[in-house]
Amino acid sequence: MDFGSINPLILLASLMVASTPILLAAIGELVVEKSGVLNLGVEGMMIVGAVTGFIAAVNLDSPTLGFVAAAFGGALLSLLFGFLTQVLLSNQVATGLALTLFGLGIAALMGQNYVGIRAPATLDVPLGPLADIPVLGPVLFQHDAMIYVSIGIVAAVWYVLTKTRAGLILRAVGESHDAAHALGYKVVRIRLMAIAFGGACAGLGGAYLSLVRVPQWTEGMTAGAGWIALAIVVFASWKPWRALLGAYLFGGITVLQLNLQAAGFKIPVEYLSMSPYLITILVLVIMSRDRSRAALNAPAALGKPFHASI
Amino acid sequence: MITLERRPEPSRMWQAMTPILAVVLTMIAGGLLFAVLGKDPFEAIRTIFWDPLFNPQFASYSRPQLLVKAAPLILIAIGLSLGFRAGIWNIGAEGQYIVGAICGAAVGLAFYPTEAIYIFPLMVLAGAIGGTLWAMIPAVLKIRFGTNEILVSLMLVYVAEQLLASMALGALRNPDGGGFPGSRNLQQYPSAANPELIAGTGAHWGVVAAFIAVIAAYVLLNKHLLGYQIKLTGQAPRAARFAGVRPNVLIALCLGISGGLAGLAGLFEVSGPAGQISIDFNSFYGFTAIIVAFLGRLHPIGILLAGLLMALTYIGGELAQFMLGIPSAAIQAFQGMLLFFLLGVDVLSNFRIRIKRKQVA
Repeated sequence: MDFGSINPLILLASLMVASTPILLAAIGELVVEKSGVLNLGVEGMMIVGAVTGFIAAVNLDSPTLGFVAAAFGGALLSLLFGFLTQVLLSNQVATGLALTLFGLGIAALMGQNYVGIRAPATLDVPLGPLADIPVLGPVLFQHDAMIYVSIGIVAAVWYVLTKTRAGLILRAVGESHDAAHALGYKVVRIRLMAIAFGGACAGLGGAYLSLVRVPQWTEGMTAGAGWIALAIVVFASWKPWRALLGAYLFGGITVLQLNLQAAGFKIPVEYLSMSPYLITILVLVIMSRDRSRAALNAPAALGKPFHASI
Repeated sequence: MITLERRPEPSRMWQAMTPILAVVLTMIAGGLLFAVLGKDPFEAIRTIFWDPLFNPQFASYSRPQLLVKAAPLILIAIGLSLGFRAGIWNIGAEGQYIVGAICGAAVGLAFYPTEAIYIFPLMVLAGAIGGTLWAMIPAVLKIRFGTNEILVSLMLVYVAEQLLASMALGALRNPDGGGFPGSRNLQQYPSAANPELIAGTGAHWGVVAAFIAVIAAYVLLNKHLLGYQIKLTGQAPRAARFAGVRPNVLIALCLGISGGLAGLAGLFEVSGPAGQISIDFNSFYGFTAIIVAFLGRLHPIGILLAGLLMALTYIGGELAQFMLGIPSAAIQAFQGMLLFFLLGVDVLSNFRIRIKRKQVA
């Protein structure tokens, strides 16, 4: 066993890369759930984002346009979920599952001619002297723009949810749609906007996988990242900065186990690969152990259908 | 303006009609999808839904496949439907299927090369126990800590997939296999094999088990107190609590039964059609069964029919892939679409659609 071959600096630097897809998906889902909607289709929206982003980036030779396309792809798919659950009032759990199953299929179909191609390189943001700082430079300041965008989205979500009127309305809709409706807010429209935002974020997260992290298109490449993002929302108790913490924690575990695999650690590869999923379960258990505290910040109307009688 | 008006009670007529309507809509949308892919939509739909059963060239091969593919789908979906009715969401059937197969195959391989009549029954038992125990993990966590069973059961699918890889490469690998991954072929070990019972039908023990499961679920839901409690919990959880339903017992039973049935499906597959534990042994049955359960309206007879239909899309899909070059992913998208349409048109059974003029509130 040779721990010496694991370079802690590279580990920390790749931690942010590994965390960003989950972080983007989780922050989007957090907004959706804050509006009172449970969208279990994150995995499906991520994989569709991954494939649309990849196709756009390869054909237009621009990772930036790839990310834009991925956001649109994810949002478009999420609106399918939005239409079914908000307009046709279908069961949210079942529709979310349908979104995942459909997304996996349609993504595989769209991407079949793109297997084995390399994505155009996403360049690091030139941060000049910051990047040259020893230790901190490679860890924090030698990354592509999306990492900073993702942190910016977290900050923006935190600000909007807690400091603005729009955030207050969104939370009101998520706490009690009947009261919000009585006050004259358009519950369905607000929820549809939240769902589309969540879809766009999940799409970005998926595209980050196919354009930066891997960077290739392979079928089923999200491998449960969307579900882990859902777990992180629970872990974060619906608080944006805690979602960041959660995502980085999971990113750290993923990177660590990959490094242990590479370093020839004595535990078989398969058991190391299980670890992110097992730790997700463990975290869920810890978070839900104290029921009253777990429920404190959960949106009260989460997953309940809304049908205006008047 | 179009508005929805809630029906006092779901319409029975529409409840029966919506699955059919959804299938028709899926065929239309699927036809469009195939047209976009540059295939003749009519030929594609015919190849998927008609040729496997009635084309003399393919039917002799395809018809037995229908039962082979439908049996695991029905077996898993029956189990899932009980939980879904009570609002207990086990979506990790794929994992329970894998663990059932591993446990069952391990018991069979442990006896190799002994020939005895009790080996196969022991394997069946081990498969059911394996699947049940795997499903009891989310059940116990939900009962003890209130952990969300959807996420836990799904995470365990990925854990099970890794476990499967580790078994195929390690503990269960065929010692005479020249180092290749994968276990001994159980079909070549008569005491552990799950053969075709009636030649040319595709019926193996899994098919028998699926039929028994359908009948048992029907009796359970219509004649037994537990079935009543499951239905009551789904429709009115608070009322169920007052009526003496113990939610924790129900969680354990629903997850346990669905896990056991998924484990059985895995065991029958590994000892029959698949033959061996291999890295890519699992084939998405656990997820497709979710579609089957909803398409069958969570009703045993409905699930039986839905399972056969879904099996047909698998076989027809393979045929379409072979004959017309339609990619297998298109079939997966097609199946997902079916669930979407089904959930969408379901609005008709719960609501009346009224056309109203705009009025001042």
